[in-house]
Amino acid sequence: MAGSPPAASSSRDPRGPAAPGALLSAADVARVVDRMAHQLIEKAGNGLADLVLVGIPTRGAPLARRLAARVEAFSGTAIDVGTVDITLYRDDLRLRGVRALEDTVLPDGGIDGRLVVLVDDVLFSGRSVRAALDALRDLGRPRAVQLAVLIDRGHRELPIRADYVGKNVPTSRTQSVKVRLAETDGADEVRVTEPEERP
Amino acid sequence: MSSYLIKGARVLGGDPADLLIKDGRIAAVGESLSATGAEVVHATGLVALPGLVDLHTHLREPGREDAETVETGSRAAALGGFTAVHAMANTDPVADTAGVVEQVWRLGQEAGLVDVVPVGAVTVGLKGERLAELGAMADSAARVRVFSDDGICVSDPALMRRALEYVKALDGVVAQHAEEPRLTVGAQMHEGDRSAKLGLTGWPAAAEEAIIARDVLLAQHVGARLHICHVSTAGSVEILRWAKARGVDVTAEVTPHHLLLTDACAEGYDPVFKVNPPLRTDADVEAVRAGLADGTIDCVATDHAPHAVEDKECEWAQARPGMLGLEQALAIVQDTMVETGLLDWAGVADRMSVRPAAIGRLTGHGRPIAPGEPANLVLLDPTGRSVVDPAALASRSRNSPYAGRELPGRVVATFLRGVPTVLDGKAQR
Amino acid sequence: MKRHLLEAADLDLADATLVLDTAAQIEAALSGREVKKLPTLRGRTVVNLFYEDSTRTRISFELAAKRLSADVINFSAKGSSVSKGESLKDTALTLEAMGSDAIVIRHGASGAPHQLASWVRGSVVNAGDGTHEHPTQALLDAYTIRHRLGRLEGVRVAVVGDVLHSRVARSNVRLLHTLGAEVTLVAPPTLLPVGVGSWPAEVSYDLDAVLPKADVVMMLRVQAERMNASFFPSAREYSRRYGLDARRMAALGDDAIVMHPGPMNRGMEIAAEVADSVRSTIVEQVGNGVSVRMAVLYLLLGGAPA
Ligand SMILES: [Zn+2]
Repeated sequence: MAGSPPAASSSRDPRGPAAPGALLSAADVARVVDRMAHQLIEKAGNGLADLVLVGIPTRGAPLARRLAARVEAFSGTAIDVGTVDITLYRDDLRLRGVRALEDTVLPDGGIDGRLVVLVDDVLFSGRSVRAALDALRDLGRPRAVQLAVLIDRGHRELPIRADYVGKNVPTSRTQSVKVRLAETDGADEVRVTEPEERP
Repeated sequence: MSSYLIKGARVLGGDPADLLIKDGRIAAVGESLSATGAEVVHATGLVALPGLVDLHTHLREPGREDAETVETGSRAAALGGFTAVHAMANTDPVADTAGVVEQVWRLGQEAGLVDVVPVGAVTVGLKGERLAELGAMADSAARVRVFSDDGICVSDPALMRRALEYVKALDGVVAQHAEEPRLTVGAQMHEGDRSAKLGLTGWPAAAEEAIIARDVLLAQHVGARLHICHVSTAGSVEILRWAKARGVDVTAEVTPHHLLLTDACAEGYDPVFKVNPPLRTDADVEAVRAGLADGTIDCVATDHAPHAVEDKECEWAQARPGMLGLEQALAIVQDTMVETGLLDWAGVADRMSVRPAAIGRLTGHGRPIAPGEPANLVLLDPTGRSVVDPAALASRSRNSPYAGRELPGRVVATFLRGVPTVLDGKAQR
Repeated sequence: MKRHLLEAADLDLADATLVLDTAAQIEAALSGREVKKLPTLRGRTVVNLFYEDSTRTRISFELAAKRLSADVINFSAKGSSVSKGESLKDTALTLEAMGSDAIVIRHGASGAPHQLASWVRGSVVNAGDGTHEHPTQALLDAYTIRHRLGRLEGVRVAVVGDVLHSRVARSNVRLLHTLGAEVTLVAPPTLLPVGVGSWPAEVSYDLDAVLPKADVVMMLRVQAERMNASFFPSAREYSRRYGLDARRMAALGDDAIVMHPGPMNRGMEIAAEVADSVRSTIVEQVGNGVSVRMAVLYLLLGGAPA
């Protein structure tokens, strides 16, 4: 992230319009996505037409669509979007009950030779990203793969880092970061909760 | 020979009375009896019945001593309150000669727990081709009076007619396992809704009823005595009622399991519930209970059928049919007939002792509890309930369909000609 | 989902729909890929325990398990200790001691999978037991119908042939009913079980009366040997009354499809030109079988042990 602007404009106004206890309000989320779109355009340069934004379900999928829409709005270039379900690639399947699968959808023509940016809501241990990389390997051979996340909360367990970060949020391991998006949860909001607050 | 003074037993469930047992007989029945030197058995609250008689027991010896022996089966019988059991002929070798029936009879005498009364095969090797030497078996030390190919139906109508006729000269009876074999090829369970769902080949009620209808007509035609084994369907009860009304000399038995269990038991495919004839429907259970209550069905017979573990812990279709019955028979009759109000204890004595003894022509069993009669008795505690544990059974096999089921009553003591074979619920030898 | 898949009744509407949706997602995830393998069940062991020869079902399960990276052991009754008289229970306990996580069992005796499930800790999948059930066949049939017609609710399915001896029919009647389809069984009365009236299906003896109203015609295999036990007089008469030929196929609605679980008796229950027509889903059913079985294995083994 060398050379990119200082992190998260929303940090200037953390209380602002957000609901009590919320880390990011709806307006914050929109600003963060806009800024990430600008960064993508800047970094991709002439390669923008090659770009495919591939969301990791559940919330990475709508985030990828929003990012694509903003990139198109700012650059005038239509951006391909896809999703890759990583459930069947997870290394922690035995740790909880069986999960329903989500869609894997790639643009016509696939991802061979293209610049794939994986999009997810929260970067934590890095295991989801690793699973997504495994899935991508089975799906094709991109020219390069990058990673964009709305929140990076630290505590990596694998040598993985994001190329685009909406907001760095220092947390303790026991806290949880809850991202809500209009498409999946009815409204945009990011909240850090303590263990006892979990339902 | 020791004498016993049974204090306060309710004879046939009536008022308490004392029973003095001496020299193998009932010496006195009355209030406040005393006898010096007699061992006192406290029987307050216990019901006294004549020793039970089973017309249908598979003791497996000779041939499958791994499943049961005459001795282990006799012990199970005594613990169940029986003083006489009829040992079915489908052993290996088949009990179709005087030699085999005498061997079984002698083994019973040696065990000394119940009178083991051999049943003779109707046909040589149970093959249904030609009559066995019925007269020789009748004349043997075993004094065979009941003849049966049980396990297999005497399906050839001409052969059945001859058998019925022939045993008239022996004061015998043919006990028919009523199953038209062509209608039960590969049959696994009662044919109906459940067999359709479970994908198990059906055993239609009509296969039993058709043979019973045929045989009551044959028995009437030749004026012979006929006994029907293990009646299991409502239709069979109706045919028997009709036949008896017409004066046919037919008797019939029902098993404890057909009084209690239905084809719903097959749902889990546990072969412990595989039996022949199969468990039927609720309506059939209701009909056989009613038939036993009104006397259309004369008696309860266990069809006690021990099987080794490997013959039951396998696929349903491969499993041998049959289930244990001796040790729980009385409890199930109490559960299904007494506690439902269909029979009183006098009725139980009639259906489990008097009538089966008469059918088997056993002169020393099924007698009144009165002075001078042989002291064949059972004392049972009708109160309390207990859960059946197959591991605790005296039978050598474990295929009890009642495992884990709570049943009423308990056999406290059994006397065979004045000798206790069971005391305090424990076998005495 | 329950721990085992022993019969179609183990699946309620939500479970059945989950299996079909999962199969669709797996199929989509794998479509057009060179690498048709997923790492999902790496380290898990699936045993195919086959007491009957059924190469197609065994291969389908084997492929499904392998595409999910499970280790697969094929244990066929022939030439093994089973043929030397080892009991089903001993075999099951041996396989479990070797570390099997799931046993896929095909057995000639109805209920064998139920018994197996009572003896082992792992999951049991019924791959066809006697004349009882074949639940994954019903799932792949339902999947095929939904794929072709876009729905299952209200779809009218005629199941034609030897219902009495058919595990496919039993599973389909139950599952299709769960999924909201309307099933009509069509057969000579000899090939319908006594007790069929308790099934959630209509019954007809007249194929020609049923065909015009059917969205799906599912033809069951009928063995010609059944005529020796007088289930019907002759193969010719059976075929004339209950076989699906080109003339009868013409009576079907425009979008109606023809299914067959295989293997077919061409000329007996189904004419060659019907089996090879565009209405026929027979080849598709085979392919769908792998996706559906992957879904079943994933849903049974893909989470924490129960
Ligand atoms: Zn019998």
